[in-house]
Amino acid sequence: MTEVWIVIGVVGAATVALKSVGPVLLGGRPLPEHLDDVVSLLAPAVLAALVVTQLVGGDREIVLDARLVGLAAAVVALLLRAPLLVVVIAAAVATAAVRALS
Amino acid sequence: MNPTRYRDGARAIAPIAVAAVTFGASFGVLARSVGIDALAATVMSATTFAGSAQFAVASILGTSGGIAAAILAATLLNARYAPISVSVAPLFEGGKIRRLLEAQLIVDESWAVSRRADGRFDRRLLIGAGLVLYVSWVTGTALGSIGGEALGDPADLGLDAAFPALFLALLIPQVRSRRALAAAVLGGTVALVLIPFTPAGVPIVAAAGACMIGWRRP
Repeated sequence: MTEVWIVIGVVGAATVALKSVGPVLLGGRPLPEHLDDVVSLLAPAVLAALVVTQLVGGDREIVLDARLVGLAAAVVALLLRAPLLVVVIAAAVATAAVRALS
Repeated sequence: MNPTRYRDGARAIAPIAVAAVTFGASFGVLARSVGIDALAATVMSATTFAGSAQFAVASILGTSGGIAAAILAATLLNARYAPISVSVAPLFEGGKIRRLLEAQLIVDESWAVSRRADGRFDRRLLIGAGLVLYVSWVTGTALGSIGGEALGDPADLGLDAAFPALFLALLIPQVRSRRALAAAVLGGTVALVLIPFTPAGVPIVAAAGACMIGWRRP
């Protein structure tokens, strides 16, 4: 049990430090202007990576499963300009349906 | 435009809060199955507050991978929070302690919904969404580790597909310019290519590097 608490303490401290890098070291001040474009492109780059890793990410392998059908349903909902709640529910319901049937 | 309120952030994240409770519960169940008791699991959710890193820790300890491997995996998974926190750094005001505490509410989902259509990040959206996710995650963990398996497997409910759907829905309004589209395509491609070759977490950090196509000389 002691080992568990060591991991919890170290991981917690590391995470707190990583999340604080920007706000504590640079907080309250605008970033240098020449970095504006770099920072504004961080969101599309990281969001695209999150889509990919959450969609097909496995344990050091690419896993193609029912999540793909869920994302297809989300794309249809997005094309129909559905609100975010509907998009997310469509993805979950389609994925659950495929898993229930297979 | 009216100033945003914390409530707007809470409302924006509501669609994903149910998934956060359920995944928190499944973390609690998994943690208990590998010998992390309810107190330890809940403390971890309250202090680390980063789902993928916590699942990695539980699964590595469960397969007796050792504490060094568990710590390394979790740190790699959370390394993305360094660049992410830099992107929202100007929002945080007040003393160092207050900035440090508020910064803990940065998670992928709260960060993503706090970006407005004009490309700026909004502090109240981030804090409002972050608080809802925090309460959902910690409560879910406690319920799961105390209540057990009654909640069912989130995968059976398709909830694992809710996250890519959320991130895609948040990504689309971001790619209005050609350069933003280029950054998204490059970031997604880098992540896809690296998934089979690197520990989880590394693909996202490497993909973040795609933002350097916006680099200009100072």
